[in-house]
Amino acid sequence: MPFIPHTEHYVREMLAAIGAKDVDALFDELPAELRARGLQAIPAALIEQDIARVMHERAARDGQPLCFIGAGAYEHHIPAAVWEIATRGEFYTAYTPYQAEASQGTLQLLYEYQTMMARLMAMDVSNASLYDGASGLAEAVLMAVRANRNAKSKRILMPSTVHPLYRKVVRSIVSNQGIELVELPYCTACGNLVPASLERYNGEDIAALVIPQPNFFGVLEEVDALTDWAHANKALVIGVVNPVAMALLKPPGQWGSPGGAQGADIVCGEGQPLGAPLSSGGPYFGFMCCRKDYVRQMPGRIVGRTVDRDGRTGYTLTLQAREQHIRRSKATSNICTNQGLLVTAATIHMAIVGGTGLQKVAQACHANTRSLVAKLIANQYVEPVFTGAYFHECVLRLRVPLKNLLRPLAAHNLLPGYALEQDYPELGDCLLVCATETKTEADLNLFADHLHKLIERQTTAGCPVKPKM
Amino acid sequence: MLIFEQSRPGRAATAQSPLHSQDCADIPTSQLRTDAPSLPEVSELQAVRHYTRLSQKNFSIDTNFYPLGSCTMKYNPRACNTLAMLPGFLARHPLGPASAGQGFMACLYELQEMLKEVTGMQAVSLTPAAGAQGEFAGVAMIRAYHVARNDTARTEILVPDAAHGTNPATATMCGYTVHEIPTDKQGDVDLDALKAAVGPHTAGIMLTNPSTLGIFERRIKDIAKIVHDAGGLLYYDGANLNAILGKVRPGDMGFDVIHMNLHKTFSTPHGGGGPGAGPVGVSARLEPFLPVPMVGIDGDEYVWITEKEKPQSIGRLSAFMGNAGVLLRAYIYARMLGHEGMHRVAEYATLNANYLMAKLRDAGFDVAFPNRRATHEFIVTLKKQEKELGTSAMDFAKRLLDFGYHAPTTYFPMLVPECLLIEPSETEAKEDLDGFVAAMVRILDEARSTPEVLKEAPHTQPVRRLDDVRAARELDLTWKAPAA
Repeated sequence: MPFIPHTEHYVREMLAAIGAKDVDALFDELPAELRARGLQAIPAALIEQDIARVMHERAARDGQPLCFIGAGAYEHHIPAAVWEIATRGEFYTAYTPYQAEASQGTLQLLYEYQTMMARLMAMDVSNASLYDGASGLAEAVLMAVRANRNAKSKRILMPSTVHPLYRKVVRSIVSNQGIELVELPYCTACGNLVPASLERYNGEDIAALVIPQPNFFGVLEEVDALTDWAHANKALVIGVVNPVAMALLKPPGQWGSPGGAQGADIVCGEGQPLGAPLSSGGPYFGFMCCRKDYVRQMPGRIVGRTVDRDGRTGYTLTLQAREQHIRRSKATSNICTNQGLLVTAATIHMAIVGGTGLQKVAQACHANTRSLVAKLIANQYVEPVFTGAYFHECVLRLRVPLKNLLRPLAAHNLLPGYALEQDYPELGDCLLVCATETKTEADLNLFADHLHKLIERQTTAGCPVKPKM
Repeated sequence: MLIFEQSRPGRAATAQSPLHSQDCADIPTSQLRTDAPSLPEVSELQAVRHYTRLSQKNFSIDTNFYPLGSCTMKYNPRACNTLAMLPGFLARHPLGPASAGQGFMACLYELQEMLKEVTGMQAVSLTPAAGAQGEFAGVAMIRAYHVARNDTARTEILVPDAAHGTNPATATMCGYTVHEIPTDKQGDVDLDALKAAVGPHTAGIMLTNPSTLGIFERRIKDIAKIVHDAGGLLYYDGANLNAILGKVRPGDMGFDVIHMNLHKTFSTPHGGGGPGAGPVGVSARLEPFLPVPMVGIDGDEYVWITEKEKPQSIGRLSAFMGNAGVLLRAYIYARMLGHEGMHRVAEYATLNANYLMAKLRDAGFDVAFPNRRATHEFIVTLKKQEKELGTSAMDFAKRLLDFGYHAPTTYFPMLVPECLLIEPSETEAKEDLDGFVAAMVRILDEARSTPEVLKEAPHTQPVRRLDDVRAARELDLTWKAPAA
């Protein structure tokens, strides 16, 4: 019996101790008419070598294409030590550290993680994780509505440059609580939110403004002016940021003009770029930081440092009165299990790569994308769409139909980027491309060569060509 | 010592980042960070040694018996991890085309099918990231169902008082008010109170069966009828599915929507607090509202089912496919159990729990519901010891750590005073259960002879009992370097 250690001899002894005639007698309180039978739709058991064969074949079938898709999930180098240690049984098979004395490993690691995230974001405090970036943004919206005592409304300004899937997730999660999400248009020339466009909301009752950095198009938002506007209008600022980018860009805690009420109030985002593989979308982790004034409104686990009876330093879950197991229907969130193992990996990842290393990674991502863009737009049928500065993603328009290129590129084992038309109908034949530090010069050239050849085949075959912008 | 205290300026694991800095002059200076983030500056060995040593300060299933009630801490087969982390699975981008994901999607599709069969539900969506998100999806579907029928007067969710805290918290997140239903002396839902509570305002009830009291709710069919007759729906919290896997199916009990905790019943790791996975299953009438994405099949090709195909869906709960890698681990586990192995999970989990309960009772401990069968878990109440000897459930829990046993769940459910909720799981051998009983007996002796040993426990852990009050009052959530 896989994973069940019982011998017949022991089963008999155990039943005798219970006073039951057989195992089935232990289920005598279950109504007989409810008993399940068969489960024949479930295949027969496989031993390990047979399921290994199945999984190896399936993993191989999915191949490992050269991938220039970013759009919220990014390929980065992960030091071998990260997952070697994270999957040690002592981390991998422990649970939420309810018994602090027997969980100091996980608890100290979480305290270190909170410190690292607070420093990376230049914020006061961090929680111990949420599910992912998108659901984290939903939690940030709910938190902002609770935390902003100046706002009576539940209105949130949500730029359309926020990841389209994040906006969908926020709607799914907050829609039952009467929160109004006001979508803000982006500037079609520069690809970001124009601060002056917010003037129409001056003096209105707004709970929070969401600021993505970089935004979904890879473009940098004018975080200082947007933060100033929000604070002047008593709205909280929710930053939703890429953590690797924050090693290079001004961190949310410093947004806003010097001398003003500086900094974002809540910062959240997708932690995947810090040591989690792409793995089809999960498990990743959501991070969340905030000003210390708002810590009691923060959802999720938080670890604090304290002392034991002998005065020795120790770590424990704290501020649990916010949480569902204490506060029940009045809790800040229903979240219980979070993404502990991913945070374990991220902490080890940040410790090994270090601050300077992470900054070099961010620089290399930027430089690689800049180089890729230059190679691609060398072709007259490829042009950049936005003028705004970008981090490691860029929107390119093709003057030939994009759909004719995707399949042949996939046949070359190359995924060229994310097609934007499905989310932004005005961006037909536009591709969001990303080249992280993992891409070599040869990778970039391969992409450019394939693309240019395919475009040439299209144009010589007389396919319709759009005029230059 | 913290990793930050080992940091020295200029030290780095230089093999782990690009060799050179790159010029970023095309980014406006006002957008740039003025200095590198202040992360630890340590060598690779220092980091490896530090985190390896930290891991050794944890109890875990791989190192200790971990009978944490309601959490199903059973063996997490290593094959599930190794095979889910094959490079082809790890490298796949979530927005890559379905044509480059057929192997992955085949696993998800087959997992959906297996979960349907073992729960008796009509359809399954795998996307919720954990139990609480599965609960959210379930209650949001109940709401969407009523709203779609213009039945908008239903504003209340019923929750038994023994329920997990996530249940009432979820109902609130979905915009409902919560009405608690009391438990009767035998540990079942108080049917008279339930009858009095239901009405045209009832959206549904959230139930765990077996309940958090470690007993099977025998009158589940009556409860289903009462709630359904009032126009409400039944939500099944799958936290305790391990107790009944392959024996009875929530769909057959009359539940309209369920969530499953794959990190419990399907043996994916708990990871020090996640990731979990909380798939939801529904009866036919809730199928249109399932969260997306799901995996469908078109001819012999696996396809994504999104908002386009399910316009009434409650939507997405995470950016991509939930905790995809956890789903792969659960798939591998389910294939290794097969149809002939599913019911054994419930049988041996139940055998272990009833054996442990019998042995503890024989050793002089009071069980909370002595006239009932234990399911996969049971409750010991130390009310007598607290009153007569002054030793609390917390003291027993902390002393157990000294004997190398992780403590059971303490002070939950709140209905039973000084309680330990004990769940041994099916993967523990009799010898380990006997060892636990011996430790409990010895602690009981100590409670009588030297109670201070319990009150001062633990004695063998990296720290002794921590000052939680100070932790909450003098918040220290991030490390600051002491002034030089």
